Amino acid sequence: MANVLVCIKRVPDLGGEIRLTADAMGVDDSSLGHTVSPHEEAAVELAIQTAKDTGGEATVLTLGSEDAVEQLRNALALGCTGAVLVEADAAAYGPADVAAAVADVVRDHEAAGTSYDLVLVGNDASDTGDFQVGVRLSYLLDRPVVAGVSTLSVDGGEVTARGGSPDGGTEVYQVALPAVLTVMEGGVEPRYPSIPGRMKAKKIAIDRVTPTGEPQGSGRRRLTLPPAQPSQVTVLGEGPEAAGAVVDLLESLGVTR
Amino acid sequence: MSVLVLVETDEGGAVEVSRETLAFVRGTDADVRALVVGEVSPELVEQLGSYGVREVLRADGEAFSSYAAAAWASAVVAAADGVPLVAAAGTPRGNEVLAHVACRLGVAMAANVVAVEGTDPLVVSRQVLGGSALEELPLPDAVAVLTVAGHACEPSTADEPAAPAVREVSVDVPAADLRARVVRTEPGEPDESGSLKSARVVVGAGRGAGSADGFKDLLELTELLDGAALGVSRVVTSLGWRPHHEQVGQTGSRVTPDLYVACGISGAIQHWAGMSTSKTILAINTDADAPMVTKAHYAVIGDLHEIVPAINEELRRRAG
Ligand SMILES: Cc1cc2nc3c(=O)[nH]c(=O)nc-3n(C[C@H](O)[C@H](O)[C@H](O)COP(=O)(O)OP(=O)(O)OC[C@H]3O[C@@H](n4cnc5c(N)ncnc54)[C@H](O)[C@@H]3O)c2cc1C
Repeated sequence: MANVLVCIKRVPDLGGEIRLTADAMGVDDSSLGHTVSPHEEAAVELAIQTAKDTGGEATVLTLGSEDAVEQLRNALALGCTGAVLVEADAAAYGPADVAAAVADVVRDHEAAGTSYDLVLVGNDASDTGDFQVGVRLSYLLDRPVVAGVSTLSVDGGEVTARGGSPDGGTEVYQVALPAVLTVMEGGVEPRYPSIPGRMKAKKIAIDRVTPTGEPQGSGRRRLTLPPAQPSQVTVLGEGPEAAGAVVDLLESLGVTR
Repeated sequence: MSVLVLVETDEGGAVEVSRETLAFVRGTDADVRALVVGEVSPELVEQLGSYGVREVLRADGEAFSSYAAAAWASAVVAAADGVPLVAAAGTPRGNEVLAHVACRLGVAMAANVVAVEGTDPLVVSRQVLGGSALEELPLPDAVAVLTVAGHACEPSTADEPAAPAVREVSVDVPAADLRARVVRTEPGEPDESGSLKSARVVVGAGRGAGSADGFKDLLELTELLDGAALGVSRVVTSLGWRPHHEQVGQTGSRVTPDLYVACGISGAIQHWAGMSTSKTILAINTDADAPMVTKAHYAVIGDLHEIVPAINEELRRRAG
Protein backbone atom coordinates (compact mmCIF):
# COMPACT_ATOMS: atom_id res chain seq x y z
CA MET A 1 0.00 0.00 0.00
CA ALA A 2 1.43 3.37 -1.01
CA ASN A 3 -0.03 6.71 0.05
CA VAL A 4 0.77 9.51 -2.33
CA LEU A 5 0.69 13.27 -1.82
CA VAL A 6 0.60 15.21 -5.09
CA CYS A 7 1.25 18.96 -5.15
CA ILE A 8 -0.29 21.22 -7.81
CA LYS A 9 -0.46 24.95 -8.51
CA ARG A 10 -3.31 27.05 -9.91
CA VAL A 11 -2.00 29.14 -12.82
CA PRO A 12 -3.71 31.32 -15.44
CA ASP A 13 -4.52 29.70 -18.78
CA LEU A 14 -2.74 32.29 -20.88
CA GLY A 15 -3.76 31.78 -24.50
CA GLY A 16 -1.94 33.86 -27.08
CA GLU A 17 -0.93 36.92 -25.10
CA ILE A 18 0.29 37.91 -21.62
CA ARG A 19 -0.76 41.07 -19.80
CA LEU A 20 1.07 42.15 -16.65
CA THR A 21 -0.47 43.77 -13.59
CA ALA A 22 0.05 47.54 -13.23
CA ASP A 23 2.95 47.02 -10.78
CA ALA A 24 4.53 44.47 -13.15
CA MET A 25 4.84 41.98 -10.28
CA GLY A 26 2.56 39.39 -11.82
CA VAL A 27 0.30 38.36 -14.67
CA ASP A 28 -3.08 40.09 -14.94
CA ASP A 29 -5.32 37.04 -14.79
CA SER A 30 -8.57 38.91 -14.09
CA SER A 31 -10.14 37.89 -17.42
CA LEU A 32 -8.50 34.47 -17.71
CA GLY A 33 -9.48 30.92 -16.83
CA HIS A 34 -7.15 28.87 -14.67
CA THR A 35 -5.50 25.50 -14.94
CA VAL A 36 -2.52 23.51 -13.67
CA SER A 37 0.67 22.68 -15.54
CA PRO A 38 0.71 19.62 -17.81
CA HIS A 39 3.50 18.25 -15.59
CA GLU A 40 1.15 18.40 -12.61
CA GLU A 41 -1.69 16.80 -14.58
CA ALA A 42 0.69 13.92 -15.22
CA ALA A 43 1.66 13.88 -11.52
CA VAL A 44 -2.01 13.66 -10.48
CA GLU A 45 -2.53 10.78 -12.92
CA LEU A 46 0.51 8.93 -11.54
CA ALA A 47 -0.68 9.54 -7.97
CA ILE A 48 -4.13 8.11 -8.72
CA GLN A 49 -2.73 5.10 -10.59
CA THR A 50 -0.22 4.34 -7.84
CA ALA A 51 -2.85 4.61 -5.11
CA LYS A 52 -5.23 2.33 -7.05
CA ASP A 53 -2.51 -0.23 -7.88
CA THR A 54 -1.31 -0.48 -4.29
CA GLY A 55 -4.55 0.02 -2.36
CA GLY A 56 -3.35 3.34 -0.94
CA GLU A 57 -4.76 6.86 -1.04
CA ALA A 58 -3.93 9.81 -3.30
CA THR A 59 -4.14 13.19 -1.60
CA VAL A 60 -3.84 16.44 -3.54
CA LEU A 61 -2.33 19.59 -2.05
CA THR A 62 -2.05 23.15 -3.21
CA LEU A 63 -0.77 26.35 -1.67
CA GLY A 64 -2.93 29.23 -2.75
CA SER A 65 -6.06 31.26 -2.26
CA GLU A 66 -9.62 29.96 -1.84
CA ASP A 67 -9.92 30.09 -5.66
CA ALA A 68 -7.49 27.19 -5.90
CA VAL A 69 -10.22 24.92 -4.51
CA GLU A 70 -11.31 24.69 -8.18
CA GLN A 71 -8.06 22.87 -9.04
CA LEU A 72 -8.31 20.65 -5.93
CA ARG A 73 -11.88 19.65 -6.88
CA ASN A 74 -10.72 18.78 -10.39
CA ALA A 75 -8.11 16.43 -8.94
CA LEU A 76 -10.70 14.92 -6.59
CA ALA A 77 -13.03 14.35 -9.56
CA LEU A 78 -10.27 12.34 -11.22
CA GLY A 79 -9.79 10.03 -8.24
CA CYS A 80 -7.81 11.72 -5.48
CA THR A 81 -9.50 10.95 -2.17
CA GLY A 82 -8.28 13.80 0.00
CA ALA A 83 -7.39 17.46 -0.56
CA VAL A 84 -5.36 19.99 1.40
CA LEU A 85 -5.49 23.73 0.82
CA VAL A 86 -2.58 25.57 2.39
CA GLU A 87 -4.27 28.96 2.52
CA ALA A 88 -1.78 31.60 1.48
CA ASP A 89 -1.00 34.16 -1.18
CA ALA A 90 1.09 32.02 -3.55
CA ALA A 91 2.76 35.12 -5.02
CA ALA A 92 4.30 35.90 -1.62
CA TYR A 93 5.93 32.46 -1.49
CA GLY A 94 9.30 31.67 -3.00
CA PRO A 95 10.33 28.10 -3.78
CA ALA A 96 11.93 27.56 -0.36
CA ASP A 97 8.75 28.82 1.35
CA VAL A 98 6.55 26.46 -0.66
CA ALA A 99 8.80 23.51 0.13
CA ALA A 100 8.72 24.41 3.85
CA ALA A 101 4.91 24.68 3.87
CA VAL A 102 4.52 21.30 2.13
CA ALA A 103 7.04 19.69 4.49
CA ASP A 104 5.00 20.96 7.45
CA VAL A 105 1.87 19.32 6.08
CA VAL A 106 3.71 16.03 5.50
CA ARG A 107 5.02 16.07 9.08
CA ASP A 108 1.68 17.08 10.58
CA HIS A 109 -0.16 14.33 8.72
CA GLU A 110 2.46 11.83 9.77
CA ALA A 111 2.05 12.88 13.40
CA ALA A 112 -1.70 12.38 12.94
CA GLY A 113 -1.21 8.88 11.57
CA THR A 114 -1.09 9.36 7.77
CA SER A 115 2.33 9.00 6.23
CA TYR A 116 3.09 9.57 2.57
CA ASP A 117 5.31 7.04 0.84
CA LEU A 118 5.60 9.27 -2.19
CA VAL A 119 5.36 13.01 -2.59
CA LEU A 120 4.94 14.06 -6.22
CA VAL A 121 5.41 17.60 -7.50
CA GLY A 122 5.67 19.02 -11.01
CA ASN A 123 9.19 19.28 -12.40
CA ASP A 124 8.84 23.07 -12.60
CA ALA A 125 5.93 25.41 -11.97
CA SER A 126 4.67 26.73 -15.29
CA ASP A 127 4.63 30.33 -14.09
CA THR A 128 7.68 30.82 -11.85
CA GLY A 129 9.83 28.08 -13.41
CA ASP A 130 12.03 27.66 -10.33
CA PHE A 131 12.97 23.97 -10.86
CA GLN A 132 13.66 23.37 -7.16
CA VAL A 133 10.60 22.87 -4.94
CA GLY A 134 10.85 19.06 -5.09
CA VAL A 135 14.56 19.02 -4.32
CA ARG A 136 14.14 21.48 -1.44
CA LEU A 137 11.30 19.39 -0.04
CA SER A 138 13.50 16.28 -0.14
CA TYR A 139 16.11 18.02 2.00
CA LEU A 140 13.54 19.20 4.53
CA LEU A 141 12.12 15.68 4.82
CA ASP A 142 15.49 13.92 4.45
CA ARG A 143 14.17 11.75 1.63
CA PRO A 144 15.74 10.81 -1.69
CA VAL A 145 14.51 12.75 -4.73
CA VAL A 146 14.44 12.03 -8.45
CA ALA A 147 13.71 14.87 -10.88
CA GLY A 148 12.04 14.62 -14.27
CA VAL A 149 10.15 11.35 -13.77
CA SER A 150 7.62 10.39 -16.46
CA THR A 151 6.49 6.93 -15.28
CA LEU A 152 6.71 5.07 -12.00
CA SER A 153 5.71 1.84 -10.33
CA VAL A 154 5.76 0.90 -6.67
CA ASP A 155 6.67 -2.57 -5.55
CA GLY A 156 7.12 -3.37 -1.88
CA GLY A 157 9.18 -0.66 -0.26
CA GLU A 158 10.64 0.58 -3.50
CA VAL A 159 9.69 2.83 -6.41
CA THR A 160 11.00 2.30 -9.93
CA ALA A 161 10.98 5.62 -11.74
CA ARG A 162 11.81 6.39 -15.36
CA GLY A 163 12.72 9.67 -16.99
CA GLY A 164 14.53 10.98 -20.04
CA SER A 165 18.33 10.89 -20.24
CA PRO A 166 20.43 13.61 -21.91
CA ASP A 167 21.09 11.40 -24.96
CA GLY A 168 17.40 10.80 -25.69
CA GLY A 169 17.15 7.43 -23.93
CA THR A 170 15.53 6.53 -20.64
CA GLU A 171 17.10 6.53 -17.19
CA VAL A 172 15.78 4.09 -14.62
CA TYR A 173 15.96 4.68 -10.86
CA GLN A 174 15.11 2.29 -8.04
CA VAL A 175 14.61 4.18 -4.83
CA ALA A 176 13.57 3.06 -1.36
CA LEU A 177 10.37 4.66 -0.03
CA PRO A 178 9.56 7.19 1.23
CA ALA A 179 10.73 9.40 -1.62
CA VAL A 180 10.04 12.64 -3.46
CA LEU A 181 9.64 12.64 -7.26
CA THR A 182 9.29 15.57 -9.64
CA VAL A 183 7.15 14.68 -12.63
CA MET A 184 7.32 15.65 -16.30
CA GLU A 185 4.47 15.11 -18.74
CA GLY A 186 4.75 12.54 -21.49
CA GLY A 187 4.72 9.17 -19.76
CA VAL A 188 1.03 8.86 -18.96
CA GLU A 189 -2.19 10.15 -20.44
CA PRO A 190 -4.17 11.99 -17.79
CA ARG A 191 -7.71 10.63 -17.47
CA TYR A 192 -10.83 12.75 -17.93
CA PRO A 193 -13.23 13.25 -15.01
CA SER A 194 -16.44 11.22 -15.00
CA ILE A 195 -19.84 12.60 -13.94
CA PRO A 196 -19.96 10.32 -10.85
CA GLY A 197 -16.38 11.41 -10.15
CA ARG A 198 -17.46 15.06 -10.16
CA MET A 199 -20.42 14.29 -7.89
CA LYS A 200 -18.20 12.43 -5.44
CA ALA A 201 -15.63 15.23 -5.47
CA LYS A 202 -18.21 17.75 -4.31
CA LYS A 203 -18.80 15.80 -1.11
CA ILE A 204 -15.16 15.48 -0.07
CA ALA A 205 -14.22 18.00 2.62
CA ILE A 206 -11.18 20.14 1.84
CA ASP A 207 -8.65 20.18 4.67
CA ARG A 208 -7.70 23.86 5.11
CA VAL A 209 -4.48 24.66 6.91
CA THR A 210 -2.73 27.93 7.63
CA PRO A 211 1.03 27.94 7.22
CA THR A 212 3.12 28.77 10.25
CA GLY A 213 5.78 31.42 9.91
CA GLU A 214 6.25 34.27 7.48
CA PRO A 215 7.42 33.49 3.95
CA GLN A 216 10.78 34.85 2.81
CA GLY A 217 9.37 35.59 -0.63
CA SER A 218 10.90 34.94 -4.01
CA GLY A 219 12.82 38.22 -4.23
CA ARG A 220 11.14 39.18 -7.51
CA ARG A 221 11.65 42.84 -8.40
CA ARG A 222 9.46 42.92 -11.47
CA LEU A 223 8.47 41.14 -14.66
CA THR A 224 9.10 42.37 -18.15
CA LEU A 225 7.69 41.25 -21.48
CA PRO A 226 9.49 41.34 -24.78
CA PRO A 227 8.39 44.44 -26.70
CA ALA A 228 5.22 43.73 -28.71
CA GLN A 229 6.03 43.46 -32.40
CA PRO A 230 3.55 44.87 -34.89
CA SER A 231 2.27 42.14 -37.18
CA GLN A 232 4.41 41.89 -40.30
CA VAL A 233 2.72 38.91 -41.82
CA THR A 234 2.62 38.52 -45.58
CA VAL A 235 -0.54 36.70 -46.56
CA LEU A 236 0.33 34.47 -49.51
CA GLY A 237 -3.29 33.81 -50.34
CA GLU A 238 -6.43 31.97 -49.37
CA GLY A 239 -7.17 28.29 -49.82
CA PRO A 240 -5.48 25.78 -52.15
CA GLU A 241 -4.89 28.46 -54.83
CA ALA A 242 -2.05 29.73 -52.63
CA ALA A 243 -0.06 26.50 -53.17
CA GLY A 244 2.03 28.01 -55.96
CA ALA A 245 3.04 30.99 -53.83
CA VAL A 246 3.87 28.66 -50.92
CA VAL A 247 6.10 26.48 -53.08
CA ASP A 248 7.82 29.60 -54.45
CA LEU A 249 8.60 30.50 -50.85
CA LEU A 250 9.79 26.98 -50.02
CA GLU A 251 12.09 27.08 -53.06
CA SER A 252 13.47 30.50 -52.14
CA LEU A 253 14.25 29.18 -48.65
CA GLY A 254 16.01 26.20 -50.23
CA VAL A 255 14.03 23.61 -48.28
CA THR A 256 12.59 21.61 -51.19
CA ARG A 257 14.20 18.35 -52.23
CA MET B 1 36.02 36.95 -8.27
CA SER B 2 36.03 33.35 -9.49
CA VAL B 3 33.25 31.39 -11.04
CA LEU B 4 32.68 27.64 -10.99
CA VAL B 5 30.80 26.15 -13.94
CA LEU B 6 29.48 22.60 -13.89
CA VAL B 7 30.16 21.41 -17.45
CA GLU B 8 28.19 18.58 -19.04
CA THR B 9 29.96 16.50 -21.66
CA ASP B 10 29.17 13.95 -24.35
CA GLU B 11 31.32 12.23 -27.01
CA GLY B 12 31.89 15.63 -28.66
CA GLY B 13 33.30 17.28 -25.52
CA ALA B 14 31.45 20.01 -23.63
CA VAL B 15 27.81 20.14 -24.78
CA GLU B 16 26.64 23.32 -26.52
CA VAL B 17 24.59 24.70 -23.62
CA SER B 18 27.56 24.25 -21.30
CA ARG B 19 29.75 26.13 -23.79
CA GLU B 20 27.13 28.88 -23.88
CA THR B 21 27.27 28.98 -20.08
CA LEU B 22 31.05 29.34 -20.16
CA ALA B 23 30.72 32.22 -22.64
CA PHE B 24 28.01 33.77 -20.44
CA VAL B 25 30.01 33.76 -17.20
CA ARG B 26 33.17 34.93 -18.96
CA GLY B 27 31.30 38.19 -19.42
CA THR B 28 31.04 38.60 -15.63
CA ASP B 29 34.52 37.46 -14.65
CA ALA B 30 37.81 36.29 -16.03
CA ASP B 31 38.64 33.54 -13.53
CA VAL B 32 36.47 30.67 -14.78
CA ARG B 33 36.87 27.18 -13.36
CA ALA B 34 35.09 24.21 -14.87
CA LEU B 35 34.01 21.08 -13.03
CA VAL B 36 33.70 17.92 -15.09
CA VAL B 37 32.27 14.73 -13.62
CA GLY B 38 33.90 11.66 -15.15
CA GLU B 39 36.69 11.40 -17.67
CA VAL B 40 38.65 14.43 -18.85
CA SER B 41 40.46 13.95 -22.17
CA PRO B 42 43.27 16.24 -23.38
CA GLU B 43 40.91 17.38 -26.18
CA LEU B 44 38.31 18.41 -23.61
CA VAL B 45 40.91 20.37 -21.63
CA GLU B 46 41.96 22.18 -24.80
CA GLN B 47 38.33 22.87 -25.72
CA LEU B 48 37.58 24.27 -22.26
CA GLY B 49 40.75 26.38 -22.53
CA SER B 50 39.45 27.88 -25.75
CA TYR B 51 36.42 29.07 -23.76
CA GLY B 52 38.73 30.82 -21.31
CA VAL B 53 38.63 28.20 -18.55
CA ARG B 54 41.69 28.65 -16.30
CA GLU B 55 41.36 25.48 -14.29
CA VAL B 56 39.58 22.18 -14.93
CA LEU B 57 38.42 20.37 -11.83
CA ARG B 58 37.64 16.71 -12.20
CA ALA B 59 35.51 14.46 -10.02
CA ASP B 60 35.68 10.79 -10.75
CA GLY B 61 35.33 7.44 -9.02
CA GLU B 62 32.78 4.77 -8.26
CA ALA B 63 30.23 7.25 -6.89
CA PHE B 64 30.10 8.90 -10.32
CA SER B 65 29.96 5.76 -12.45
CA SER B 66 26.21 6.32 -12.89
CA TYR B 67 24.33 9.58 -12.46
CA ALA B 68 23.18 10.59 -8.99
CA ALA B 69 22.27 14.28 -8.68
CA ALA B 70 23.14 14.43 -4.98
CA ALA B 71 26.62 12.97 -5.58
CA TRP B 72 27.20 15.51 -8.36
CA ALA B 73 26.11 18.20 -5.90
CA SER B 74 28.73 16.97 -3.42
CA ALA B 75 31.32 17.35 -6.18
CA VAL B 76 30.13 20.88 -6.97
CA VAL B 77 30.22 21.88 -3.30
CA ALA B 78 33.73 20.42 -2.90
CA ALA B 79 34.93 22.20 -6.05
CA ALA B 80 33.19 25.48 -5.22
CA ASP B 81 35.47 26.02 -2.26
CA GLY B 82 34.49 29.59 -1.50
CA VAL B 83 33.74 30.90 -5.01
CA PRO B 84 30.95 33.50 -4.98
CA LEU B 85 29.23 32.24 -8.15
CA VAL B 86 28.30 28.69 -9.18
CA ALA B 87 26.68 28.19 -12.58
CA ALA B 88 25.47 25.40 -14.86
CA ALA B 89 23.47 25.17 -18.05
CA GLY B 90 19.68 25.28 -17.64
CA THR B 91 19.33 21.62 -18.62
CA PRO B 92 17.49 18.95 -16.62
CA ARG B 93 20.83 17.93 -15.06
CA GLY B 94 22.01 21.50 -14.50
CA ASN B 95 18.79 22.59 -12.81
CA GLU B 96 18.58 19.43 -10.71
CA VAL B 97 22.18 19.41 -9.47
CA LEU B 98 22.27 23.12 -8.67
CA ALA B 99 18.97 22.85 -6.76
CA HIS B 100 20.76 20.31 -4.53
CA VAL B 101 23.77 22.64 -4.27
CA ALA B 102 21.54 25.56 -3.24
CA CYS B 103 19.95 23.42 -0.51
CA ARG B 104 23.35 22.43 0.84
CA LEU B 105 24.69 25.95 0.82
CA GLY B 106 21.43 27.32 2.24
CA VAL B 107 21.07 29.86 -0.59
CA ALA B 108 18.63 30.73 -3.38
CA MET B 109 18.90 29.33 -6.89
CA ALA B 110 17.91 31.22 -10.03
CA ALA B 111 16.98 28.96 -12.94
CA ASN B 112 17.27 29.92 -16.61
CA VAL B 113 19.11 33.22 -16.30
CA VAL B 114 19.50 35.18 -19.53
CA ALA B 115 21.30 38.35 -18.39
CA VAL B 116 23.11 40.02 -15.53
CA GLU B 117 21.46 43.34 -14.71
CA GLY B 118 23.70 44.48 -11.89
CA THR B 119 26.65 43.22 -9.87
CA ASP B 120 26.44 44.84 -6.43
CA PRO B 121 24.35 43.02 -5.36
CA LEU B 122 24.11 40.57 -8.23
CA VAL B 123 20.79 41.05 -10.05
CA VAL B 124 19.80 38.70 -12.86
CA SER B 125 17.06 38.43 -15.44
CA ARG B 126 15.60 34.98 -15.75
CA GLN B 127 12.98 33.28 -17.87
CA VAL B 128 9.56 32.70 -16.35
CA LEU B 129 6.30 31.54 -17.95
CA GLY B 130 8.24 29.17 -20.17
CA GLY B 131 10.40 32.00 -21.51
CA SER B 132 7.50 34.31 -22.43
CA ALA B 133 8.45 36.82 -19.74
CA LEU B 134 11.55 37.78 -17.77
CA GLU B 135 11.86 38.22 -14.02
CA GLU B 136 14.35 40.59 -12.45
CA LEU B 137 15.75 38.88 -9.37
CA PRO B 138 18.50 39.90 -6.94
CA LEU B 139 20.80 37.14 -5.66
CA PRO B 140 22.22 38.68 -2.49
CA ASP B 141 23.47 35.44 -0.87
CA ALA B 142 27.18 34.86 -0.20
CA VAL B 143 27.18 32.33 -3.03
CA ALA B 144 25.03 32.98 -6.10
CA VAL B 145 23.75 29.75 -7.64
CA LEU B 146 22.26 30.00 -11.11
CA THR B 147 21.60 28.13 -14.33
CA VAL B 148 21.88 29.79 -17.72
CA ALA B 149 18.99 29.37 -20.18
CA GLY B 150 19.76 27.65 -23.47
CA HIS B 151 20.55 30.09 -26.29
CA ALA B 152 20.80 33.05 -23.90
CA CYS B 153 24.13 33.78 -25.58
CA GLU B 154 26.35 32.48 -28.36
CA PRO B 155 28.81 29.70 -27.41
CA SER B 156 31.69 31.97 -28.43
CA THR B 157 35.27 31.14 -27.56
CA ALA B 158 37.55 33.52 -25.66
CA ASP B 159 39.78 36.01 -27.49
CA GLU B 160 42.75 34.53 -25.67
CA PRO B 161 42.62 30.78 -25.14
CA ALA B 162 43.83 29.63 -21.73
CA ALA B 163 45.91 26.54 -20.96
CA PRO B 164 44.00 25.18 -18.00
CA ALA B 165 45.58 23.09 -15.29
CA VAL B 166 43.68 19.91 -14.43
CA ARG B 167 43.09 19.16 -10.78
CA GLU B 168 41.36 16.21 -9.19
CA VAL B 169 38.86 17.22 -6.51
CA SER B 170 38.52 14.71 -3.75
CA VAL B 171 34.84 14.31 -3.03
CA ASP B 172 33.56 12.56 0.01
CA VAL B 173 30.26 11.11 -1.23
CA PRO B 174 28.08 9.99 1.68
CA ALA B 175 25.86 6.93 1.16
CA ALA B 176 22.78 9.18 1.37
CA ASP B 177 23.85 10.82 -1.90
CA LEU B 178 23.43 7.50 -3.68
CA ARG B 179 19.90 6.74 -2.48
CA ALA B 180 18.58 8.05 -5.80
CA ARG B 181 20.89 6.88 -8.53
CA VAL B 182 20.45 5.72 -12.12
CA VAL B 183 20.49 1.91 -12.01
CA ARG B 184 20.31 1.47 -15.77
CA THR B 185 19.66 3.35 -18.97
CA GLU B 186 17.52 2.15 -21.83
CA PRO B 187 18.16 3.40 -25.36
CA GLY B 188 15.48 5.65 -26.86
CA GLU B 189 13.49 4.82 -29.96
CA PRO B 190 15.67 5.74 -32.94
CA ASP B 191 13.37 8.56 -34.00
CA GLU B 192 12.38 10.10 -30.66
CA SER B 193 12.58 13.91 -30.43
CA GLY B 194 16.25 13.94 -31.57
CA SER B 195 15.38 14.36 -35.24
CA LEU B 196 12.73 16.96 -34.36
CA LYS B 197 15.15 19.10 -32.36
CA SER B 198 17.73 19.16 -35.14
CA ALA B 199 15.33 19.36 -38.12
CA ARG B 200 15.87 22.16 -40.68
CA VAL B 201 12.15 22.30 -41.28
CA VAL B 202 9.42 21.51 -38.79
CA VAL B 203 5.90 20.91 -40.05
CA GLY B 204 3.79 21.76 -37.00
CA ALA B 205 0.27 20.44 -36.60
CA GLY B 206 -2.39 21.42 -34.09
CA ARG B 207 -6.04 20.79 -33.30
CA GLY B 208 -6.83 21.78 -36.89
CA ALA B 209 -5.51 18.36 -37.99
CA GLY B 210 -8.92 17.17 -36.80
CA SER B 211 -8.22 13.59 -35.76
CA ALA B 212 -5.51 10.93 -35.48
CA ASP B 213 -6.14 10.23 -39.18
CA GLY B 214 -5.61 13.86 -40.14
CA PHE B 215 -1.80 13.69 -40.42
CA LYS B 216 -1.34 11.85 -43.73
CA ASP B 217 -0.84 14.97 -45.88
CA LEU B 218 1.25 16.64 -43.18
CA LEU B 219 3.57 13.62 -42.99
CA GLU B 220 3.79 13.59 -46.76
CA LEU B 221 4.85 17.25 -46.66
CA THR B 222 7.69 16.33 -44.28
CA GLU B 223 8.80 13.70 -46.85
CA LEU B 224 8.73 16.23 -49.70
CA LEU B 225 10.82 18.83 -47.85
CA ASP B 226 14.51 18.56 -47.10
CA GLY B 227 15.37 17.56 -43.52
CA ALA B 228 11.83 18.01 -42.23
CA ALA B 229 10.16 16.51 -39.15
CA LEU B 230 6.65 16.64 -37.72
CA GLY B 231 6.05 18.64 -34.54
CA VAL B 232 2.67 18.96 -32.82
CA SER B 233 0.79 21.01 -30.25
CA ARG B 234 -0.23 19.77 -26.84
CA VAL B 235 -3.84 19.42 -27.90
CA VAL B 236 -2.63 16.81 -30.39
CA THR B 237 -0.65 14.82 -27.81
CA SER B 238 -3.25 15.07 -25.06
CA LEU B 239 -5.95 13.79 -27.41
CA GLY B 240 -3.63 10.88 -28.14
CA TRP B 241 -3.41 11.67 -31.88
CA ARG B 242 0.40 11.69 -31.86
CA PRO B 243 3.10 10.68 -29.31
CA HIS B 244 4.37 13.16 -26.74
CA HIS B 245 7.94 13.19 -28.06
CA GLU B 246 6.62 15.13 -31.06
CA GLN B 247 5.26 17.94 -28.86
CA VAL B 248 6.72 21.40 -29.34
CA GLY B 249 6.49 24.02 -26.59
CA GLN B 250 7.04 24.87 -22.95
CA THR B 251 6.51 21.28 -21.81
CA GLY B 252 7.72 19.68 -25.06
CA SER B 253 10.74 20.21 -27.31
CA ARG B 254 12.21 23.59 -28.19
CA VAL B 255 13.00 23.79 -31.88
CA THR B 256 14.99 26.34 -33.93
CA PRO B 257 14.46 25.33 -37.57
CA ASP B 258 15.02 27.48 -40.65
CA LEU B 259 11.31 27.09 -41.38
CA TYR B 260 8.35 26.29 -39.12
CA VAL B 261 5.07 25.55 -40.94
CA ALA B 262 2.32 25.93 -38.32
CA CYS B 263 -0.78 24.12 -39.58
CA GLY B 264 -3.96 24.51 -37.54
CA ILE B 265 -2.09 25.81 -34.48
CA SER B 266 -3.52 28.87 -32.70
CA GLY B 267 -0.22 30.10 -31.27
CA ALA B 268 -0.79 29.88 -27.51
CA ILE B 269 2.23 31.31 -25.69
CA GLN B 270 3.20 27.86 -24.39
CA HIS B 271 3.48 26.59 -27.96
CA TRP B 272 5.14 29.79 -29.14
CA ALA B 273 7.77 29.32 -26.40
CA GLY B 274 8.97 26.19 -28.20
CA MET B 275 9.29 27.56 -31.75
CA SER B 276 9.51 31.37 -31.60
CA THR B 277 13.20 31.29 -32.57
CA SER B 278 12.43 29.63 -35.92
CA LYS B 279 14.01 31.75 -38.69
CA THR B 280 10.89 31.81 -40.85
CA ILE B 281 7.34 30.99 -39.74
CA LEU B 282 4.57 30.11 -42.19
CA ALA B 283 1.08 29.74 -40.70
CA ILE B 284 -1.77 27.88 -42.32
CA ASN B 285 -4.99 28.60 -40.46
CA THR B 286 -8.71 29.14 -41.06
CA ASP B 287 -8.61 32.09 -38.64
CA ALA B 288 -6.80 35.16 -39.99
CA ASP B 289 -6.76 36.62 -36.45
CA ALA B 290 -5.12 33.64 -34.73
CA PRO B 291 -1.97 34.77 -32.85
CA MET B 292 0.09 32.32 -34.89
CA VAL B 293 -1.03 34.07 -38.08
CA THR B 294 -0.44 37.62 -36.86
CA LYS B 295 3.00 36.71 -35.46
CA ALA B 296 4.10 34.68 -38.49
CA HIS B 297 6.20 35.95 -41.40
CA TYR B 298 3.91 34.33 -43.97
CA ALA B 299 0.40 32.94 -43.83
CA VAL B 300 -2.17 31.16 -45.93
CA ILE B 301 -5.76 31.49 -44.76
CA GLY B 302 -7.95 28.44 -45.15
CA ASP B 303 -8.46 24.77 -44.40
CA LEU B 304 -5.20 22.89 -44.01
CA HIS B 305 -6.86 19.74 -45.37
CA GLU B 306 -7.26 21.54 -48.71
CA ILE B 307 -4.09 23.63 -48.66
CA VAL B 308 -1.51 21.03 -47.61
CA PRO B 309 -2.48 18.48 -50.32
CA ALA B 310 -2.31 21.29 -52.90
CA ILE B 311 1.19 22.23 -51.71
CA ASN B 312 2.25 18.57 -51.87
CA GLU B 313 0.91 18.27 -55.39
CA GLU B 314 2.69 21.42 -56.52
CA LEU B 315 5.94 20.19 -54.94
CA ARG B 316 5.62 16.85 -56.77
CA ARG B 317 4.74 18.60 -60.02
CA ARG B 318 7.80 20.88 -59.87
CA ALA B 319 10.06 17.99 -58.87
CA GLY B 320 8.92 16.40 -62.13
C1 LIG C 1 1.57 25.31 -18.35
C2 LIG C 1 1.15 24.96 -19.73
C3 LIG C 1 2.07 24.38 -20.60
C4 LIG C 1 1.72 24.08 -21.91
N1 LIG C 1 2.65 23.52 -22.73
C5 LIG C 1 2.36 23.38 -24.04
C6 LIG C 1 3.33 22.89 -24.98
O1 LIG C 1 4.45 22.51 -24.63
N2 LIG C 1 2.99 22.83 -26.28
C7 LIG C 1 1.75 23.22 -26.75
O2 LIG C 1 1.51 23.14 -27.96
N3 LIG C 1 0.81 23.63 -25.87
C8 LIG C 1 1.07 23.71 -24.55
N4 LIG C 1 0.08 24.12 -23.69
C9 LIG C 1 -1.30 24.24 -24.21
C10 LIG C 1 -1.56 25.58 -24.89
O3 LIG C 1 -1.99 26.51 -23.92
C11 LIG C 1 -2.67 25.44 -25.96
O4 LIG C 1 -3.81 24.88 -25.35
C12 LIG C 1 -2.29 24.57 -27.15
O5 LIG C 1 -1.01 24.94 -27.63
C13 LIG C 1 -3.32 24.75 -28.24
O6 LIG C 1 -3.08 23.83 -29.28
P1 LIG C 1 -3.63 24.11 -30.74
O7 LIG C 1 -3.08 25.38 -31.24
O8 LIG C 1 -3.39 22.87 -31.51
O9 LIG C 1 -5.20 24.18 -30.51
P2 LIG C 1 -6.19 25.41 -30.53
O10 LIG C 1 -5.75 26.49 -29.61
O11 LIG C 1 -7.53 24.85 -30.33
O12 LIG C 1 -6.05 25.99 -31.99
C14 LIG C 1 -6.46 25.32 -33.14
C15 LIG C 1 -6.19 26.25 -34.32
O13 LIG C 1 -6.45 25.54 -35.51
C16 LIG C 1 -7.21 26.35 -36.40
N5 LIG C 1 -7.96 25.43 -37.25
C17 LIG C 1 -9.00 24.63 -36.91
N6 LIG C 1 -9.37 23.87 -37.93
C18 LIG C 1 -8.53 24.16 -38.97
C19 LIG C 1 -8.39 23.69 -40.31
N7 LIG C 1 -9.21 22.73 -40.80
N8 LIG C 1 -7.43 24.23 -41.09
C20 LIG C 1 -6.62 25.19 -40.60
N9 LIG C 1 -6.69 25.67 -39.35
C21 LIG C 1 -7.64 25.16 -38.54
C22 LIG C 1 -8.03 27.24 -35.52
O14 LIG C 1 -8.37 28.44 -36.18
C23 LIG C 1 -7.08 27.49 -34.33
O15 LIG C 1 -6.27 28.62 -34.55
C24 LIG C 1 0.40 24.35 -22.35
C25 LIG C 1 -0.52 24.91 -21.48
C26 LIG C 1 -0.18 25.19 -20.18
C27 LIG C 1 -1.18 25.81 -19.26
